[in-house]
Amino acid sequence: MEHWTRIDHSITVQEAVDFVQSPASGGIVTFTGTVRNQTQQRPVLKLFFECYEPMALLEMEKIVRAAKEKWPVQRMAILHVKGEKLPGEVVVVIAVAAAHRAAAFEACQFAIDTLKETVPIWKKEFFEDGEVWVAAHP
Amino acid sequence: MRVLLFGIMKEIAAAGTLDIAEPLPDVGQLRAWLLQQYPAMKHLRSVMVAVNRAYAPDGQPLAPGDEIAIIPPLSGG
Repeated sequence: MEHWTRIDHSITVQEAVDFVQSPASGGIVTFTGTVRNQTQQRPVLKLFFECYEPMALLEMEKIVRAAKEKWPVQRMAILHVKGEKLPGEVVVVIAVAAAHRAAAFEACQFAIDTLKETVPIWKKEFFEDGEVWVAAHP
Repeated sequence: MRVLLFGIMKEIAAAGTLDIAEPLPDVGQLRAWLLQQYPAMKHLRSVMVAVNRAYAPDGQPLAPGDEIAIIPPLSGG
């Protein structure tokens, strides 16, 4: 299966879709994560993403391999940003192409859920009156 | 032994890397040493350790030259 994993300062949905598109596919499912402008009614000014990049790329590759074992997916792209991002900006894109839509939907959901659990990336939220590493404390 | 720190761990230790002279033979003993040095770690939701870019259990031995990283709670995506 052809796949693409990437961590960069800027990513686009279109480049992920372009990568997975092929005449063999009957459907492409994408998930796009963006910066939300508030957390629990507090305005968010920006996010900062830190990555343990070489390990993050390896964990993304593992997600691709696991998805391939579970579903008949044809092509897959997992892209994530690093650095500062403003509300509305794209921070993660998953694109999955398969012959039929069910496999693409399920593999895409699996990929984003697993990414949040296993890929070593951290985000810090910046508010008007402070900043916090997300999910660090119970 | 050189240890990479990320996210909130970098702030707790006020450093991006630690050079530890103490002999720490496995992941569990590294974890115990860190907790002793940086008690604020106790308040984190979780702390994982990666050895050579893969998650490692407490029983895993540490060898000179291993790439060791402390992984605080993840929040990617």
